[in-house]
Amino acid sequence: MGLKILTEHINVPGIETLEVYRKHGGYRSVEKALKTMSPDEVVEEVKTSGLRGRGGAGFPTGMKWSFLAKPEGVPRYLVCNADESEPGTFKDRWFMEKNPHALIEGMITSSYALGANTSYIYIRGELLFVLRILEKAIAEAYAAGLLGKNILGSGYDLDLHVAPGGGAYICGEETALLESLEGKRGNPRNKPPFPAVKGLFACPTVVNNVETISSVPWIVNNGGAEYAKVGIGRSTGTKLISASGNINNPGVYEIELGVPVEEFIYSDEYLGGIWKGKQLKAVVPGGSSVPILPANLILKTAAGEDRLMTYESLADGGFVSGSMMGSGAFIVFDEDQCIVRNTWNYARFYHHESCGQCSPCREGTGWMEKVLHRIEYGHGHQQDIDLLVSVAKQIEGNTICPLGDAAAWPVAAAIRHFRDEFEWHIRHPKEATAPGAVYRGQLDTVTA
Amino acid sequence: MAKVTIDGIEIEVEDGTTILQAARKIGGDVVPPAMCFYTSLKGSGGKCRVCLVKVTQGSTRDPRPMPKLVASCITQVQDGMVVENTTNEDVLNARKGIVEMLLINHPLDCPICDQAGECSLQDLSYEHGISGQRFEEERRTFNKVDLGPYIQLHMTRCILCYRCVYTADQITEKRVHGVLGRGDAAEIGTYIENVIDNDFSGNVIDVCPVGALTDKTWRFKNRVWFTKPMDAHRDCPTCSGKVTLWTRGEEVLRVTARKDQYNEVEEFICNTCRFDKKEVKDWTIEGPRHIDRNSVISANHYELPVVNVPIVPNLPTSTKKNLPQE
Repeated sequence: MGLKILTEHINVPGIETLEVYRKHGGYRSVEKALKTMSPDEVVEEVKTSGLRGRGGAGFPTGMKWSFLAKPEGVPRYLVCNADESEPGTFKDRWFMEKNPHALIEGMITSSYALGANTSYIYIRGELLFVLRILEKAIAEAYAAGLLGKNILGSGYDLDLHVAPGGGAYICGEETALLESLEGKRGNPRNKPPFPAVKGLFACPTVVNNVETISSVPWIVNNGGAEYAKVGIGRSTGTKLISASGNINNPGVYEIELGVPVEEFIYSDEYLGGIWKGKQLKAVVPGGSSVPILPANLILKTAAGEDRLMTYESLADGGFVSGSMMGSGAFIVFDEDQCIVRNTWNYARFYHHESCGQCSPCREGTGWMEKVLHRIEYGHGHQQDIDLLVSVAKQIEGNTICPLGDAAAWPVAAAIRHFRDEFEWHIRHPKEATAPGAVYRGQLDTVTA
Repeated sequence: MAKVTIDGIEIEVEDGTTILQAARKIGGDVVPPAMCFYTSLKGSGGKCRVCLVKVTQGSTRDPRPMPKLVASCITQVQDGMVVENTTNEDVLNARKGIVEMLLINHPLDCPICDQAGECSLQDLSYEHGISGQRFEEERRTFNKVDLGPYIQLHMTRCILCYRCVYTADQITEKRVHGVLGRGDAAEIGTYIENVIDNDFSGNVIDVCPVGALTDKTWRFKNRVWFTKPMDAHRDCPTCSGKVTLWTRGEEVLRVTARKDQYNEVEEFICNTCRFDKKEVKDWTIEGPRHIDRNSVISANHYELPVVNVPIVPNLPTSTKKNLPQE
């Protein structure tokens, strides 16, 4: 097992209480940062660490922090994006539920680095029980003088609030999140201006994922250079992976970036291989919005090299033969899974979650879902496949926020890599709609 | 001041101008279409995506092209920016795609729609749409809703441009309608079928680019191209009183605000002017309204008398011989 930065003490009984958390070295980073470091020094450490946003886009956190505008007399905010709703992703919920103080510690240290005196954790509405856990932990931190006025006698004030969303996927997009936090309808904003200039209540704001913020205390304690030693190249540190699908050991794993995908799937230390010893068919490596990859392309890149669990290696080959790290939701499909049905399921999700503000996404997601539904239920036409490709292209890149892209990519990728399976559904509707029928690689012979 | 080049035409505009407004200063074909942007409504724009353009050079300082197509109505110009609108194949294709998206759930009931003839979506589809139809599923439909005595909402036609929401927000004291639901189930509504009741509510009809919000005093009275637009004014205590009367004979069929060539009103008018003053004697007529838009209304340009134009201008002489001599 590799180095555990986030989950070292996660299974200690009572770690959700302040007492046990402090006994295991908790809140050391707050003391170190507030007493011995200047805010800029903390930002510098995070920059050195090469930590990248863990929410999906993988943008360097230190750089994001240094973009924060700092006009005189205007408050700045740090907002933690805990609106984790991407299908397949469940790492943040698990982490906050188990170890709420780790996030709070990260929030204090990060807020200090950014000069924010009020910070928010925007949590997904469905996770009300986690919200209660966080509120309890925050109350403990207030009582211990780690939050509120004059933290640990350093003269730094911070108020931390938890705000629940209403359960909309779109509110995980940072500007929609800010709108929702302001009490408005969660519609993404037009950019620019970016939140770093005009965010929450029109003040400079940084929005970071739970995992990103929770990684900051370790970086402050051990130094950015130490963090940068973990991982490969520009993918430094560790990453929480939510593994699900047809595998022997589903769950959340903290891996050092750079583990080979093959090892990750088949080693007993991690996923333990495919369930019931079946064949691997495909993997969605980063949450439902990233392109799906067939077995041969997920294990090896198009150039024949081993694919590694890093931002670069998973994206190798662009969208032709690669995918994305995304939020780290590793969804595995065995040979008995139907790609058409799965693609329809994703399309249905994005159709349901589109905010309806801009026309390509509002209309296009519904259109794709209807066409995929038709193909899955045996009413497809031959030209539907090209229609889907064309609609996906019409949406991609033309929308206000990335939800349009997220809806278009999985459909385009499924057709790119599994076109014959779609054709089989269209050519043999009767066989394809039979219960349990799966395409097994022969276009005109039915084996199911 | 910033120098910006749009489709090869250079123009100098003030800092903070958007690409769309700069293009409108040039005028003609370089102006991107706009369905949701409305100059006088703050915050509007960026939603319909038909005004997408390609920025091939960001500015003199940073000449990199912008990676994606940008919405010209909300993107501000920078000095040295180079924009491609009609000269860029990607832009035209993207626009075609978006017009198709706007139309898939639109009922296309133009023959019975009061907006037909002055509908932005109609004009847009003529200019940028594709002629085929690839959407074969059932269209989204809603029931008609009466928003008070004057306005009818026919949500099926709506393209969710949010203009009426911004109008109610910015020129009336209290907004009672808004967008409910999300995705393609989003709709304009007053939640529990409230009545929109204030002095300026009628303006939502004028800002609506399609026939979703219609004037109940005008519905099914006539086709817009059979009526004659007249500029008129009256001494109104609430608004400027400057309107366009749409008349047929002595009858005033409809009163609207004066709209410019981009279908935007010059000045918002009050409900009294719009709905209650429907007689010629209520108004001081200024003269015929010039309709500049590329619209079917302008087919009846009656304001320019046709003088000294040969009836058969350029026919070959052989044909001319057969015509009766003057």
